[in-house]
Amino acid sequence: MKPARFDYIRAGDIAEAHTALAECGKDARVIAGGQTLMPMLSMRLVRPKVLIDIMHLPALRKIEASGNDIRIGAAVRQAELMAWPDLRDSLPLLKAALPWVGHAQTRSRGTVCGSVAHADPSAEIPLSLLALDGAVELSTRRGKRRVAANEFFTGMMSTTRADNELIEAVLIPKSQACTGYAFQEFGRRHGDFAIVACAAVATDKSIRLAVGGVADKPTLRDWPALDGTALTDALDAFAWELDARDDLHATARYRRELVRQMGLATIEEARKCRA
Amino acid sequence: MPRLSADARHTIRFTLNGRAVEAQAEPRMLLTDFLRHELGATGTHVGCEHGVCGACTIEIDGATARACLTLAVQIDGANIRTVEGLAPEPGRLSVLQEAFRRHHALQCGFCTAGILMSLDNYFRRKPDPSEDDLRDFLGGHLCRCTGYVPILAAAMDAAKRLREAPTDA
Repeated sequence: MKPARFDYIRAGDIAEAHTALAECGKDARVIAGGQTLMPMLSMRLVRPKVLIDIMHLPALRKIEASGNDIRIGAAVRQAELMAWPDLRDSLPLLKAALPWVGHAQTRSRGTVCGSVAHADPSAEIPLSLLALDGAVELSTRRGKRRVAANEFFTGMMSTTRADNELIEAVLIPKSQACTGYAFQEFGRRHGDFAIVACAAVATDKSIRLAVGGVADKPTLRDWPALDGTALTDALDAFAWELDARDDLHATARYRRELVRQMGLATIEEARKCRA
Repeated sequence: MPRLSADARHTIRFTLNGRAVEAQAEPRMLLTDFLRHELGATGTHVGCEHGVCGACTIEIDGATARACLTLAVQIDGANIRTVEGLAPEPGRLSVLQEAFRRHHALQCGFCTAGILMSLDNYFRRKPDPSEDDLRDFLGGHLCRCTGYVPILAAAMDAAKRLREAPTDA
């Protein structure tokens, strides 16, 4: 398995990345950590004419507070976010989700924004971004726009990013007081793609559950603070609405049952750790 | 802004196990093939070629990486360590390699180079790992011979010896 031929551009700053994208965006792919793009290149699932490397841009390698958000630049590796000292306090859901992303040996190279760009429906970082009402910052030579996570992901590995746009950062709202966050996942082996992944956000008045690995994109539901059979009925309805399909890894029925059981467990865990 | 043409071979300069080296690569050449075919460093093995098996794990600028998920052109200027760099001198094994031998932690040896590189990096960051830490960490590697138990035993033993005599790498 070897990639098809492509030209390689190592962007020296953001303006160069924008110029390269403006000139050949339709035929180009941006490479950062490469942990999902490289297998796709080797299997020839993608055959870009040009690869634009953005890992040498110090401006993109920053984790910073930006108002109520944490802004994570496009060259920040998953391992770097995991080691960020404020992670537990500012982004507890990411603290719980990141150990499920690939393996230590791939998190050391893979980036947070790369996972968002790839938009795998079973991936943990897009799911967390959606659950927290995060956003994606896209830029071109002409300017920036900010797209909410629930509008960014449009389906299986597809997003609203235009061909000439660079994902410059993701913005994730900081954790709120009196709110609990929890993440759970089920896969064949730790590090494999999730069969079902759940992220829950709970307050004393509301419950939110986001589910990955079932529909063609991460999907969420909001409910008031339900309990007992009202909650299990709501989870059952959600499990059916996700329209699970049979595949190599699990049947649709099995996935629905995981949404009911693990969804409930994740909500209960979020309620327990509510500050 | 340098644009490396798909059809040409380009000079890549980097540090391999402490030595400055250079060789030529097309943009699409994987780092695994570059190390093995252009530089003759065949200690890094090629397993699945899509980042799952861990056989090609090396160290790039101090962090573990799958060589098969890296392009040769990406490592221009980088500091690379491979399994060839583990032994302190010819004819003498590192503490970790010695522990693998003692515990029969390899049979065919195909996965071993990657596991050694992963553990060598891990012990420098975390000298006192629990067995659970190591089980989780070794989840990034596939071994079809040993059943992992001897690998785990060798890793625990090596970590202990390295804590007792840290300079004797």
